[in-house]
Amino acid sequence: MTAVRINGEARDLPAGATLDEAVREAGAPQGGRGVAVAVDGEVVPRGDWSGTPLREGQRVEVLHAVQGG
Amino acid sequence: MTVGFELGGRSFDSRLIMGTGGFRNLELMAEAVTASGAELATVAMRRVDPAARGSILEVLEGAGCEVLPNTAGCFTARDAVTTARLGREALGTDWVKLEVIGDDRTLLPDPAELLEAAETLVADGFTVLPYTSDDPVLARRLEDAGCAAVMPLGSPIGSGMGINNLYNLRLIVEAAGVPVILDAGIGTASDATLAMEMGCDGVLLASAVSRAEDPAAMAHAMRLAVEAGYEARRAGRIPKRLLARASSPEAGVPELT
Repeated sequence: MTAVRINGEARDLPAGATLDEAVREAGAPQGGRGVAVAVDGEVVPRGDWSGTPLREGQRVEVLHAVQGG
Repeated sequence: MTVGFELGGRSFDSRLIMGTGGFRNLELMAEAVTASGAELATVAMRRVDPAARGSILEVLEGAGCEVLPNTAGCFTARDAVTTARLGREALGTDWVKLEVIGDDRTLLPDPAELLEAAETLVADGFTVLPYTSDDPVLARRLEDAGCAAVMPLGSPIGSGMGINNLYNLRLIVEAAGVPVILDAGIGTASDATLAMEMGCDGVLLASAVSRAEDPAAMAHAMRLAVEAGYEARRAGRIPKRLLARASSPEAGVPELT
């Protein structure tokens, strides 16, 4: 298992899990339309999600647009 | 009919930009955005909420409005830059309403962090629309940094106090070579009109509409207010005088007593 934090919550993902699994775990819509992701404060483009393995202790932020400003 | 304006190399018919914060629900937001006639509406970037109902993107699309992601909630240049990049990735736009807050009580901008973030984002290819304090020097520095507009506050976000420093706003407008958009502090229609009469190119507001008793009605009022102020500015107002100046002829007055 790989222990990570997804949107501030501790989660255990299967060993070898990639970023797109973390995005699904966060509850993002299928395909991630309107969603952006940062890992440890760095933006990871959508095209790289499935090729980005998660490492122990990483902080994953999965964001979308809400009312504001 | 109000003449549109150029912003970030594009033409807009409406000089009113809507913020979408503070509406009680998406339906009220949709009605208000439509009534405002705005073509741009800000959104914030926040953690995905699986329980959230409805999509703000679909609602704004239906209202004929493009999204303008902001960096609300950021207190450092670094966080604001990352948030802008997240907005670009999520929404497919390199436009950003840049906010870097320096104080959580007044929500006033942090000038040093704001300028640093603006420089970084301009270099990264963003069209940067910075929310700034009403400081003419900072406005000039943001323009020099390559921002596509300057967006001085009238008064603190959500305060509804209107324009607190007309003198500073006048200096900003006189010196600016990019559009000046009054952003924050508008309380009611006359505040928006005054901003336009002062020579602002546009107005960005949220709370005045979203927290009004009838948001759609206030949105319509703001649309008319921005147009009225713009037309009055173009028409050229009469100078203020200390004493009266008769509007009826002084010649030909009869002797009646």
